[in-house]
Amino acid sequence: MGRSVCSPPDRSARERGDMRERLADVGRRYAYAVVLVRELVATDFRVKYQSSVLGYVWSLLRPLFMFAILYVFFGIFIGADAGLPNYSSYLLLGILLWNFFAEVTSGGVRAVVDQSAMLRKLYFPKYVVVIAVVVTAFVNLLINSVVLGVLMAILGSEVRWESLLIIPLVLELAIFATGVSFLLSALYVRFRDTGYVWDILLQAGFYITPIFYSLSFVRGKSPYTAAFLSLNPMAQIIQDARYLAITTQTTTLDDLTRTGWFRLVPIVFVLAFTAWSTWVFKRRAPSFAEEV
Amino acid sequence: MSEYAIRVRDLRKEFVLPHERHSSLKAVLMRTRDRGYEMQHVLRGVTLDIAKGEFFGIVGRNGSGKSTLLKLLAGIYQPTSGAVERHGALVPLIELGVGFNPELTGRENVYLNGAMLGFSRRRVQEIYDDVVEFADLEPFMDQKLKNYSSGMQVRLAFSIATRAEADILLIDEVLAVGDADFQRKCLAYFREVKASGTTVVFVSHDMDAVRKFCDRAVLVENGELVAHGTPDEVADAYAHLFMPPEEAASDGRRFGTGAVTMRDAEAPAELTEADADLVITTTLVPADGFGGRVRAGFLVRDADGAPVFGTSGATATQSRQYDLDLDVPTTIRWRVANILNDGDYTVTLTVTDPDSGSVLEEWNDAARFAVRRVPRTANLVVPPITLDVV
Repeated sequence: MGRSVCSPPDRSARERGDMRERLADVGRRYAYAVVLVRELVATDFRVKYQSSVLGYVWSLLRPLFMFAILYVFFGIFIGADAGLPNYSSYLLLGILLWNFFAEVTSGGVRAVVDQSAMLRKLYFPKYVVVIAVVVTAFVNLLINSVVLGVLMAILGSEVRWESLLIIPLVLELAIFATGVSFLLSALYVRFRDTGYVWDILLQAGFYITPIFYSLSFVRGKSPYTAAFLSLNPMAQIIQDARYLAITTQTTTLDDLTRTGWFRLVPIVFVLAFTAWSTWVFKRRAPSFAEEV
Repeated sequence: MSEYAIRVRDLRKEFVLPHERHSSLKAVLMRTRDRGYEMQHVLRGVTLDIAKGEFFGIVGRNGSGKSTLLKLLAGIYQPTSGAVERHGALVPLIELGVGFNPELTGRENVYLNGAMLGFSRRRVQEIYDDVVEFADLEPFMDQKLKNYSSGMQVRLAFSIATRAEADILLIDEVLAVGDADFQRKCLAYFREVKASGTTVVFVSHDMDAVRKFCDRAVLVENGELVAHGTPDEVADAYAHLFMPPEEAASDGRRFGTGAVTMRDAEAPAELTEADADLVITTTLVPADGFGGRVRAGFLVRDADGAPVFGTSGATATQSRQYDLDLDVPTTIRWRVANILNDGDYTVTLTVTDPDSGSVLEEWNDAARFAVRRVPRTANLVVPPITLDVV
């Protein structure tokens, strides 16, 4: 007989105490989670773009328009670029990373509630609904990165090997966004206010994170403010990514603080926060089905 | 290895029902959370064992807690206290087509729903052709699901569900949907599952299906198991739940123009197989100044409220011979061969105007009677039958 994965683990395997059997069961459950994530992501892409003329192109155009607006207003009129070379790719990279975070978390808030029909009819690992949102946004980020690559090639930016170090930064970003989404989605099941509050916080986050302005611009006014802003994990991730991929003239934590220990603050925060929010989600998950 | 597929011990489930939903921060901050809620005891200590290979029925009225019980068995809900043990791979078919998305094509939905039921992509590819053939939907697989009729959607969903590979299947009310053809397929599937030795937990309102397939059943009422035994016993106990209490208010059971009213409706309290006829009596009372033809009719309903036979309702057009002239109170009597099976019945009486069809009075639950027949049979009626060798 088949081994079902869409129900809680059965007793027989545990009774037999067969370690290999139990490991196989765990393996099947992760395989089930992977299949579910893939189907949820595929469904999301199919449904979202099928009845628009430009379809997927919109997910490229949106950040590009945002980029164009910010570039014209802040880069050209206000001069927030503070004379940075490659301001355009600097700005676009910031927008792409921020958009990934915003897409994951604003989708993540509703991730559990959006799947309420499935929750009430089936037993499945609840985290898949959040992971599906992260994977969807990640696919968008990858495709948008191609656009960034084209822009950089046109502008003739030099490509350095250190640019590859951006990968662990994207990983940090994904972990942070996942952690925030775990917490928000679990809260949203109980308190629908979470959605509104998070919309406002995201707005605020967009401004306190150096996306369209450069930190050196802030530093010129108040070095302490700049140092404080750069402790925000999003600022650290975006600035470090720019430093590695765009220009070493990017102001990072290292420039703003005296000891190297401050480097650890955002990273430790991200890991600790995500561990905590994952724990919260796991603890709340069994009652999602009756609360949504 | 356990000989049981599912063991349930003193299972309780409570839901917290806030008087006003407090899913806003304000309510929490104002601490209104502490007041204004009540506990709803949906299950109050259920204990049962389901043996491997058993076809086990759970019946009960809407809101009795049977669906909650099923969701606890499936692990979808967490028990407030008590325990559920599952021995074997369990697949819940609580709803057909979990995850179905109307914006996707039939083909995409097969993969989506298959994934939910635990199939790998490769496994779905293997069974895909069979699924489509069984659902009889080959030409439609590349159309969006929203363009399917509800019958087509159910056929597709059911076709996938029948592929579920499990030691234990939980099935909820699947028979409630679909046309006769679909129901036939359902029954064939049940027979197949039963023959394969899969354990099935089957929640249903359909006592015929329960009688036909279940080895054993329980009746859930008000969160407790109130009957436990053979499907026949449980189905009878279920039917008795629907007998309205004797002292039910008489208003609301009667309506009509009032040009003619009825009184003194009578049927024998109890019939046995010794009684050849069922006799129903009532008196028609015309209002002052009324004179003309009326059509009197009766309808016998079983304990579920389903019509069994009579001369009102859909058969009214054939009942011209029951028309009569009325200007003074008149007592009428119907005599019907007692072909009813063991059970409880109610009588609905009607008087209509044969020309306009308007209801002068309808009297629901005008009389009630019980039929006791030993031994009972599974048939709805037991008409006299003779066999002649010719």
